[in-house]
Amino acid sequence: MSSETKHKRKPARKPKIAVFKFASCDGCQLSLLDAEDELLGVVGAVDIAYFPEASRAMLKGPYDIGLVEGSVTTHEDANRIQEVRRQCKTLVTIGACATAGGIQALRNWKDVDEFIRVVYATPQFISTLKLSTPVAEHVPVDFELRGCPINKNQLIELITATLAGRKPNIPLYSVCVECKRKANVCVAVAGGIPCLGPVTQAGCGALCPSFDRGCYGCYGPMESPNTASLGHQFRILGQSDDQISRAFRGFNAWAWQFRRASEEYEHK
Amino acid sequence: MTGRTRTIRVDTLARVEGEGSLYIKLVGERVADVKLKIFEPPRLFEAFLRGRHFSEVPDITARICGICPIAYQMSAVHAIERALGISIDPAVRLLRRLFYCGEWIESHVLHVYMLHAPDFLGYQDVIGMAKDHKPIVERALRLKKIGNRIVTLLGGREIHPISAAVGGFYKVPGKEQLRELVEDLEWALEASVETARWSSTLEFPDFEQDYEFVALRHPDEYPFNEGRLVSNLGINIDAAEYEDHFIEQHVKYSNALHSVVRGRGSYLVGPMARFNLNFDKLPDVARQVARDIKLAAPVRNPFRSIMVRAVELVFACAEALRVIREYEPPAAPRVEAPNRAGVGHAMTEAPRGILYHRYALDEKGLVVAAKIVPPTSQNQKRIEDDLREYAPRVVAWPLDEATWKCEQAIRNYDPCISCATHFLKLTVERQNTRGK
Repeated sequence: MSSETKHKRKPARKPKIAVFKFASCDGCQLSLLDAEDELLGVVGAVDIAYFPEASRAMLKGPYDIGLVEGSVTTHEDANRIQEVRRQCKTLVTIGACATAGGIQALRNWKDVDEFIRVVYATPQFISTLKLSTPVAEHVPVDFELRGCPINKNQLIELITATLAGRKPNIPLYSVCVECKRKANVCVAVAGGIPCLGPVTQAGCGALCPSFDRGCYGCYGPMESPNTASLGHQFRILGQSDDQISRAFRGFNAWAWQFRRASEEYEHK
Repeated sequence: MTGRTRTIRVDTLARVEGEGSLYIKLVGERVADVKLKIFEPPRLFEAFLRGRHFSEVPDITARICGICPIAYQMSAVHAIERALGISIDPAVRLLRRLFYCGEWIESHVLHVYMLHAPDFLGYQDVIGMAKDHKPIVERALRLKKIGNRIVTLLGGREIHPISAAVGGFYKVPGKEQLRELVEDLEWALEASVETARWSSTLEFPDFEQDYEFVALRHPDEYPFNEGRLVSNLGINIDAAEYEDHFIEQHVKYSNALHSVVRGRGSYLVGPMARFNLNFDKLPDVARQVARDIKLAAPVRNPFRSIMVRAVELVFACAEALRVIREYEPPAAPRVEAPNRAGVGHAMTEAPRGILYHRYALDEKGLVVAAKIVPPTSQNQKRIEDDLREYAPRVVAWPLDEATWKCEQAIRNYDPCISCATHFLKLTVERQNTRGK
């Protein structure tokens, strides 16, 4: 932004950013505060207009960028997301809850009323929807940032790119590519450990294989996941159908590719 | 009844984790109603944990809270290890303490500087505070980063780390890797001492209450993962007895369940409770700092919890350095955890206080039943009790100032509503809180 011009010109208005929370753990919005090196730079370049976790000042919309964390699980939130969409020029979902329904989407295969009875002594007080759904099932979304949690560097890249009017540089390939780049020994091939890396989008830096365990799918399906082939491989590694179904049914369970795969192995 | 009716209302509480609102109705100086409402949607963790294998539980429960995922992982692995009847390697025990130090540092710094301090200094947020107090905010960011660095080294990433496992870790660091943290931690220890001194210069309202403080107590150390649950009113129990002594009560004015001590009432968990019950277990450097800033147990002014958190920061940095000095890698990253039916209970000290987990497993190692009681739900009734006492003192102030002070009284507890919600009873009635 060229605020250093010689002419006495009104400085350009800083873009307004808002952060909204739905059903979630707060971790993805915390990524913004965890960007310790970049935080003061970011707040210098943008106007954090609405971010209740960080500030009492809550400015009214419209906003240039709305970051939405969390899935839609209540009637009220289903209405609120419509209003959020109206208020935001660019709407970005951050994380697996907002993008795929989150771990709370496990209710989507069960009887939610039974779930509520298990957790709450007086079920009639609880108002919730039968499904936990991603934001894109309710309103158009301009960009979906993956991850459980998101990668803070990808978040900074996304904000920077949006402000510059360019496409963010966020890869859609699989975790396997990140493993190869880090020269990791393949935990599945060499160690016989079931790993979702081949079907999961990159973004974490192949963390789990780097810690001698299989990927469990935080970033959701990569652009062209071959879940059938991976399921076959899991069977060869001695996994039961129940285990395979559970592997796909994690933090991105409601993403359609994982959802379909989890259903294929269910109760067989 | 005389006196005008005033209502203090905050539709969206700021600088807390999760979604809640506050409603206080005063008639004259009498508090007619206090509601700390929680409209965060329920996520039903205890229900969908059923049928999952125990090895998945630390990863799943971490997702209850992005601020304190390690607390969830630690309570989960310890409860499951008790259900399976396995013991961990002493080196793993040390590493888990270090892991928790990292989480306490990042969480306490977040709260002390970014969520709580702006109240004392009159800023809406840390961003405004940074304009006038840049060196202080820069110190906070560097400190927070060091906490996150510990977590990342042991767990791969700051939020939802991936290395905690039943029986130990998926991978453990070598001695040299840990030594790389020493220089940062030595700075952090100094900066924490500075933090404590700085916190003591803030202005505190004169507000002392009688509390039942509840925290873990261990014979040799300031508590993280082990110890008996004790209180200043005589509780002294094992984790397995928790549900015999604490019950969830349904109160008339609220639809939230409140934890209470059976036969008594509200209680307080978290930094103040730990400090008051375990002052003698703090390392010398932390005790000395507490004396220097005239913070003596028992602290009974919740606004001073910011000072207590700062002293715990000093502890966490000193403890991290001790662990790194003593650490020798374990023979294996984790011990075998064979499938077995059983029930296990555990409590650990999350940054905000005790976090209780209970799991029942079947012979395939699948979860049959789960129960989780987070710190904020235990403090919730106590927060309302504080407000009932505190609100009359600020009732004469202009409404916006009185409201801000009451918000601050809530933030004294560093409440994590995302955590509390999955088990709290709640209704979504944000629009329903208008005073009549």
